[in-house]
Amino acid sequence: MASLPTLLRLAVFLVLLAFLLQPGWFEPLLKSLVQENAPAVYNRGSLFWLTLLHLRTVFVATFAATFIAVSLAILVTREAGAEFLPLSRSLVNIGQTFPPVAVLALSVPIFGFGEKPTLIALFLYGLLPIFENALTGLTTLPPAVTEAARGAGMTERQRLVQIELPLALPVILTGIRLSVVISLATATIGSTVAAKTLGEVIIAGLQSNNLAFVLQGGLIVAALAVLIHDALQALERALSGRTRT
Amino acid sequence: MIEFDCVTKRYDETVVVSDVSLTVMPHTITVIVGTSGSGKTTLIRMVNRLIEPTSGTIRIDGEDNRSVPEFELRRRIGYAIQGHGLFPHRTVAQNIATVPTLLGWERARIKAKVEELLTLFQLDPDFFGPRYPHELSGGQQQRVGVARALAAEPNLLLMDEPFGALDPIIRAKAQDDLLSIQKHFGTTIILVTHDMEEAFHLADRIAVMDKGEVVQHGTPAEMLIRPATPFVEELIGATERPFRMLAIETAGDAVEPGAAEGAPIPEGLSQREALSELLWSGRSALPVAAANGAIIGKVSLDGLVKRAARPR
Repeated sequence: MASLPTLLRLAVFLVLLAFLLQPGWFEPLLKSLVQENAPAVYNRGSLFWLTLLHLRTVFVATFAATFIAVSLAILVTREAGAEFLPLSRSLVNIGQTFPPVAVLALSVPIFGFGEKPTLIALFLYGLLPIFENALTGLTTLPPAVTEAARGAGMTERQRLVQIELPLALPVILTGIRLSVVISLATATIGSTVAAKTLGEVIIAGLQSNNLAFVLQGGLIVAALAVLIHDALQALERALSGRTRT
Repeated sequence: MIEFDCVTKRYDETVVVSDVSLTVMPHTITVIVGTSGSGKTTLIRMVNRLIEPTSGTIRIDGEDNRSVPEFELRRRIGYAIQGHGLFPHRTVAQNIATVPTLLGWERARIKAKVEELLTLFQLDPDFFGPRYPHELSGGQQQRVGVARALAAEPNLLLMDEPFGALDPIIRAKAQDDLLSIQKHFGTTIILVTHDMEEAFHLADRIAVMDKGEVVQHGTPAEMLIRPATPFVEELIGATERPFRMLAIETAGDAVEPGAAEGAPIPEGLSQREALSELLWSGRSALPVAAANGAIIGKVSLDGLVKRAARPR
């Protein structure tokens, strides 16, 4: 028997799917939010398609951020790379303190309108949580375990791949989860520079004074964030259940 | 045979191990005792090069331990530590298989070895093999830790306070297990502890360390009869000496001809335990039985008291 929270999540998922595939079904609900003759359901493109593009942007940016942040964290936790720790920290921190909107404004003249500026903004914004968590995960391993790995005659590479990364994985995943949730929301501003995201729906609503559009865009993003957050958290729990000492 | 030759370890100006020369005979248990900070852990960690000595050499069977790459050396030497250090994300069987896997043993050989070791440590392979370390009790985890250290059949086993985290009852059991396993494999063991009781129970030879130096190295009996320094005397505990003396030898060594009343004690029991049994039951002699159950004589209160006295 599934628990209540699981059933709720399933319900949210089904409603979301229904809305994306058959938005017409929900027209009566949204009708009261708009002026007469104005469309109640977004009609300038497929919501389903926009959602997929939105997710793709977030996925690509987070994947790149994860790759770079985890690689950096591995580098600075090796003996040879320890001196790069302060430098890497500052770089990643700059990425976080620079507002995404400013990144968009600065990168449009270089890369033009479209998806690229958004990817760059999300990538920079997503680095910090992943990097800091990977660092924590790799530096707080139980000393007896790392000592045993050395004593057993594992090479540095074997220790990293077989012991350190698997044990740090739940903490790294927490960082990725934070980064994904932030990016899901932040990606909407990409539509100000013509990236295909759910921000388009919100912006269209703001421009035509259509509350139903704004609400649709916002709710889809929120539902995606909640579902993805919970899924990643469940994955973390499953992993850390095995790796606790 | 392990030879420490003028081994010194210095961190900046602090000397942790100072000019230690020591020879450990094959197939024996050498226990290194000392207070914390005496350099005993540093000394054994230099054997598998987890720490590099500042000067001096360590030879294993005549070969300088720096003549092979670190990781190869470590795969040849068993290493068991306090708090076991089991890999929490790997099953018991995978943990034990660590070094054999690194050495590239065939799967069937690894499986057989894991089962052999688990059985030897009285852990059912089918039940415990697929478990994760956190599902085991402290004593079981510790046994798996030692089994992992022995998996690649090393000639040499280093143990750094392996039983430090165990409660007294499980610790006594673990010590007895270690003795029987050492007999089974003939492994040379160097064990570090600060527990004198443990040292006298396990050691063929004891090395006492104080402020980075080995102040005495000898059999437990030698240490009792002729402590080299006041520190050694203090470590042994003056009031404990007669009892430690009795603890080293077995009842079988103290057997006198004659018969006695009551249930026999096994000849493998220590003389200290025999004395305890005599005192508690208020008798003056007890029969002693060999492993096959035959009565081989008796131990008497008078006999044990004489043995506990300082040799002249």
